[in-house]
Amino acid sequence: MTTAEKYIAAAYGVFVVALLLYVAIIALKLARFERDVAELEELARARLSEREAELEEVRRG
Amino acid sequence: MARGPMRTRSPNIILSAAACALLVAGIALAIFWAPEDVDQGFSQKIFYIHVPIALTAYACFAWGAWKALRHLWARDERYDLESYTALHIGTIFGVLTLVTGSIWARISWGVWWSWSERQLVLFLILFLFYSAYFMLRYSIEPGPLRANLGAVYALFGVVLIPISFLAIRLAERFIHPVVFNRKVGDNLSTAQLSTLLISIVGMLALAGALYLNELAGKRLDVRLRELRELLA
Repeated sequence: MTTAEKYIAAAYGVFVVALLLYVAIIALKLARFERDVAELEELARARLSEREAELEEVRRG
Repeated sequence: MARGPMRTRSPNIILSAAACALLVAGIALAIFWAPEDVDQGFSQKIFYIHVPIALTAYACFAWGAWKALRHLWARDERYDLESYTALHIGTIFGVLTLVTGSIWARISWGVWWSWSERQLVLFLILFLFYSAYFMLRYSIEPGPLRANLGAVYALFGVVLIPISFLAIRLAERFIHPVVFNRKVGDNLSTAQLSTLLISIVGMLALAGALYLNELAGKRLDVRLRELRELLA
């Protein structure tokens, strides 16, 4: 492999590494979204059960 | 409610598939099909990656400025987010332009960087200008003031794009090669030109896919934040 070939391979390599890095960042972002959605889901369920308990109390008088 | 994410999914998939196919084809054609340049030899093959990346960076900055103009015109927050996303993607391509350009400089000139070349310095200024956009954006509280100032800043930067692009042609020392001449056959063969065009279209499709992806992520982030505030 000549020096020029090594540099060309490095240039294309930089591009591929940047793409892979971006994919990794997106994967991390997706994981964060999943955590956020799970947290909101839990919060919504808690709210719903609170509401149901309140309604039950109203029904009982 | 459900139409928002659905609207961006389809073009994103098409652009991602097109980017994948065109970039793989572009790289394969650059390595195995396009003839070596008479003057530069094998090192000329860096152009099939460097030029598309640089043109895509310009396109992203211009797209960001266009969205900034639309924001100032319509005062719609949607355009502010779109402008910010385009500049974000443009900055990533800007970093790649500087890195691949530096590698090319090392092969051709024997140095990683030359401060005496105005086209390099102008691109660096353009890149730093848009990098400073993020500092400006994050130094102001979210709201109309941040959106308006960011839009005005993004619009000012667009002036640097034609200057930076034309600097390659106006450079006195003519060290930086000009890829497109008025007569195509003067400096590029048909095989070289078609390989370059495939790579450029592939890179633009990649930038488009990244832009839509990033935009969808940012919109989702905003919606999740709003939902958390509602449930809190």
